[in-house]
Amino acid sequence: MRIQFKTSYDHDIRLFPDRHSLIVYGALILLALVLPFLINEFYIGEVTNVLIWAIAGLGLMLLTGQTGQASLGHAAFLAIGCYTNTILIEQGLPFLLAFPLAGVITGVVGAIIAIPALRLHGIYLAIATIALSILADDIIVLLEPWTGGVSGKFPDVIRVFGMEIERWTMPVRFYYLVLAVAVMCTLFYRNILRSPLGRAFDAVRDSEVSATAMGVHIARTKATAFGLSCMITGWAGALMGYYAGAFNNETFSLVISITLLMMIVIGGLGSIHGAFFGAVVVAFLPQGLSILKDSVLGSGVAIPGLETGVFGMILILFILFEPMGLYGRWLKIRIWFELFPFARKDMFRRQKSYLKTERLR
Amino acid sequence: MSLLKVENATLKFGGVVAVNDLSFSVNEGEVYAIVGPNGAGKSTVFNLVSRFYQPYAGRFSFDGQDLLSCKPDEVADLGIARTFQNIELFDHATVLQNLLVGRHRHRRTTLIEELFFAPRVRQEERHHRAAVEEVIDFLDLQPYRDKMIAGLPYGVRKVVELGRALASGPRLLLLDEPASGLSVEETQDMRWWIDDIRKQMGITVLMVEHDMGLVSGVSDRVLALADGAKLAEGTPAEVQSDPAVIEAYLGAGAA
Ligand SMILES: Nc1ncnc2c1ncn2[C@@H]1O[C@H](COP(=O)(O)OP(=O)(O)O)[C@@H](O)[C@H]1O
Ligand SMILES: [Mg+2]
Repeated sequence: MRIQFKTSYDHDIRLFPDRHSLIVYGALILLALVLPFLINEFYIGEVTNVLIWAIAGLGLMLLTGQTGQASLGHAAFLAIGCYTNTILIEQGLPFLLAFPLAGVITGVVGAIIAIPALRLHGIYLAIATIALSILADDIIVLLEPWTGGVSGKFPDVIRVFGMEIERWTMPVRFYYLVLAVAVMCTLFYRNILRSPLGRAFDAVRDSEVSATAMGVHIARTKATAFGLSCMITGWAGALMGYYAGAFNNETFSLVISITLLMMIVIGGLGSIHGAFFGAVVVAFLPQGLSILKDSVLGSGVAIPGLETGVFGMILILFILFEPMGLYGRWLKIRIWFELFPFARKDMFRRQKSYLKTERLR
Repeated sequence: MSLLKVENATLKFGGVVAVNDLSFSVNEGEVYAIVGPNGAGKSTVFNLVSRFYQPYAGRFSFDGQDLLSCKPDEVADLGIARTFQNIELFDHATVLQNLLVGRHRHRRTTLIEELFFAPRVRQEERHHRAAVEEVIDFLDLQPYRDKMIAGLPYGVRKVVELGRALASGPRLLLLDEPASGLSVEETQDMRWWIDDIRKQMGITVLMVEHDMGLVSGVSDRVLALADGAKLAEGTPAEVQSDPAVIEAYLGAGAA
């Protein structure tokens, strides 16, 4: 087992708490950088897809995992990011300006939408945000002159410093672009977590009364969380647009919102790892299932709703048996190996929690 | 000089008059205790001072400033910190993170700086951490620093909550039943801490407590409350021997 001796407050403040994690994450980044030399272009495309979902997952995780607010409207913000980016570029803005701006605009829109929605809690907020997902479809159709309505849009080739990036013809370049965005979003996420704002998020999630008593403005903090979440989601949306190569009013549907929420629950709420683990599941489940189905039933047999059904099943199993998601499972396996052979069976049994009744009295 | 001044405060919940035309003031540097049977309105007084409840009538001032013009989240900025009768901690965060939330009112960095973790954020974090470490040392919380609240025993949670309030560097500390549910030893610790908070840190304490041993041990003045109204006020000994107080506690006819 690894024991950390902390000798300075900076151990808890800096990005990588100790050399061990610096090495692990350094190696991971290195692997990501050389990946195109290790696997072929088809798989690079698949990994790119995972990364884009992971970025979207980070966006929703910041809201749901950190401040405890479930949103089923995030497909709408994917759409806003995607359309804003495309429209800005059509207006002549360079990608390096349009893309960041698309996220920021999505964030601002998100924060504004959040203000009335934030009076709602839990399931009620989730229901209200469903409306967003549904409305987005109609609004995209209504705004036809800008959005192309039902016939949709095709994003242009990305140009960065005279270099062209395109998902189909240059998947490796596109992979590096997505990787850069993923790393940036992860950094933002980490930075927020180790700042006062990140702690305010936790505070709002766990006890609004005492957060208030400590001087945290609940509504402002929630709106900020919503805004940041939407900003990251907006970037993911823009990348999804490029990845798909074409999009219209039906691309960012309620199903995407639901998938996103399931993804972060399966991955593990409240952790950066969770967003990435969940993204792997979401991106590879359809392929895995179709391979499995073909080998069992032979190819050509179609089972409508199979994916959704299996996905829902997995979600239910996780909520019942592993509420901490894949990341929680991963931690447990790691600790089991670190302690081997001293791990006890009931080591992870959940602690009795104290009821909070009559919260103020 | 009075730091907190409550004048003619009244609050009704539907038909129940929880606080009835209550006036009292807490002097700077003293420990002021509120006692009274369950449902007397003690916690409600705290929630009025915290601005969680809007009084039906009355004036509240802190250091000469009108409290009623403050929003609930602005009360902390004035230098008022509190604990809750039913511990209200951030359960899915560590002790350290909980205490650091106490520093929230001292946040000086902006969203943008925090997104990029600008050097100033790092600097501020070190200051916050140093302040929190003082509290950890004071309350002997070292063994729990990186533990999740959700797994901590009740007694430790109580102390963490006190720590979170102290971390905000308050002028007035509101403690709602700091010793309830604590063992004899833990109550003894609490007593020393309250003494030190007042004497070493110079923080004024307003507390609600049932344990008369603790109340007479640490407080300068006591207010006895019944049905939201003042029954008696004075030194612990005076209040304890007050016939009205004895009657309220033991029931009519017992005295
Ligand atoms: N939020 C509330 N809604 C309705 N009634 C309340 C509320 N808070 C307190 N009360 C009532 O006000 C009275 C005083 O309560 P409280 O201040 O909690 O008493 P205590 O002195 O035990 O702390 C009680 O009768 C209680 O039922
Ligand atoms: Mg009470």
